[in-house]
Amino acid sequence: MTGRRPLRKTWWKTALGVFFTALMLFPAYWMANVSLTRTSDLRADPPHWFPWNPTLEGYAAVLEQQLPSLGTSLLVGLGCVALTIVVAAPAGYALALLNLRGGRALNFVLLVAQMIPAVVMAMGFYAIYVRLGLLNTVGGLIVADSTIAVPFGVLLYTAFMSGIPRELLQAARIDGAGAWRTFRSIVLPVSRNSTLTVALFAFLWAWSDFIFASTLNRNGDLIPITLGIYKYIGNNTTQWNSIMATAVVASVPAAILLVVAQRYVAAGVTAGAVKD
Amino acid sequence: MHDYTIRAFVQGNAEFVGFDKYAEVFGSTTFPTALLNTAVFTLVSILFQYAAGLALAVFFRSGFRLSGVLRAMFLVPWLLPLIVSASTWAWMLSSENGIVNSVLGAFGVPQINWLTSPDTALLSVIVANIWLGIPFNLVILYSGLQNIPGELAEAASLDGAGAWKQFWSITFPLLRPVSAITLLLGLIYTLKVVDVIWVMTTGGPGNSTTTLAIWSYREAFGTGQPDFSPAAAVGNVLILIALVFGFLHLQLQHRQEGS
Repeated sequence: MTGRRPLRKTWWKTALGVFFTALMLFPAYWMANVSLTRTSDLRADPPHWFPWNPTLEGYAAVLEQQLPSLGTSLLVGLGCVALTIVVAAPAGYALALLNLRGGRALNFVLLVAQMIPAVVMAMGFYAIYVRLGLLNTVGGLIVADSTIAVPFGVLLYTAFMSGIPRELLQAARIDGAGAWRTFRSIVLPVSRNSTLTVALFAFLWAWSDFIFASTLNRNGDLIPITLGIYKYIGNNTTQWNSIMATAVVASVPAAILLVVAQRYVAAGVTAGAVKD
Repeated sequence: MHDYTIRAFVQGNAEFVGFDKYAEVFGSTTFPTALLNTAVFTLVSILFQYAAGLALAVFFRSGFRLSGVLRAMFLVPWLLPLIVSASTWAWMLSSENGIVNSVLGAFGVPQINWLTSPDTALLSVIVANIWLGIPFNLVILYSGLQNIPGELAEAASLDGAGAWKQFWSITFPLLRPVSAITLLLGLIYTLKVVDVIWVMTTGGPGNSTTTLAIWSYREAFGTGQPDFSPAAAVGNVLILIALVFGFLHLQLQHRQEGS
């Protein structure tokens, strides 16, 4: 008897946990459900809880109209990852290991930079881009989007690289390696996990960005998927199955990352908030 | 502080107008509404996010079959692009075809115009925003709980403390530094929120869901002809608020490192 009680207790908790999770994920389920609903059934009362009579017309519309947007988002996301790592990794190295003067002040500036509302940043970028002719260009959007991830990346790299044993670096110096060489052949390979976390978030944030896209790129030929959805909502409010199908497709990277890289996601969320 | 319009941007001859724009912003009838909405939106959001996140973190920490998998699933709302979540919520809350009204209707509740009535619009965007913020709170508080040694709870339970008492006299006090930082980060993020509100209500109806961030966005980019001066003034007010809490954050981190 005593052996069975904890198990029964656990089952009860699992049931409750499943219930909470279902409640939490309901909007995501509903999005998928609506994306498979026929246009004629969208106004059904009560709504269909399950797409018994599914259709792919929503997804057909996505393939037909949103493919270029998906490409743009992918390009912006990857460009943003590259730019963020190129800037953040050396910066983190310098802050953590090269004993820079004013390093603490720089760290503070980075923290503050994360607090500046995106709207304000967008206005600044707009003012600069108007003069440089970078409005409505993919390159401009990549630079703007990377400002979300660079401060985060530098802080994460700095935190991790400070923990690299000094003996490792001294050994490299004795072997005649300079600062740059040490960075490339020792610090960077050791920081692989941090790189993955930074890359993951840089991609995700660039992919999800709406504010910069809607301000700096709103008249561009190449619009990212978030703006594609937004324009969709504005244009035909009756085609909610197509809108939701686009939303499902736009959520695919998040779903993949959750399955493949969940460890890095959790590491990124807690970075800077909790000291282990 | 310069009187920027689009043309002035191109020509670079903005007129310096001192604090006029600030006076204009503070004197505007939108200002008190936006300030109040920002306060309500931010405070109610982070309070419920935190409470739900903490309850769930404690629940998941107790460990049961599938708890790891379910906890991972909780990350989904946080990972979805904001515009995706916002448009899904907008459809769920739609007056005539929304699932929420349909469920409430089954219990005899008459149709509620969630997003189009000034009485419920703010509530609706707050609910959506709480939903968005729960995963973040859950993950941070959960890892905070992991750092609390289990022996303490064991000792307390040997002393005869029940689960409720254990939580309030051991777990919660030990979690205080993590809680403080979670709330602060939540505050800083929530102050800046634009996407969710803009997609669901664009700040309306009237100004009932206009926060400072939304107001700034609308002034700057909401119309065809961007007008950056008032928008920047509002934005700077936001930065000022964020800075104050930023300093608080640093202060807290220092204290945490010290102890």
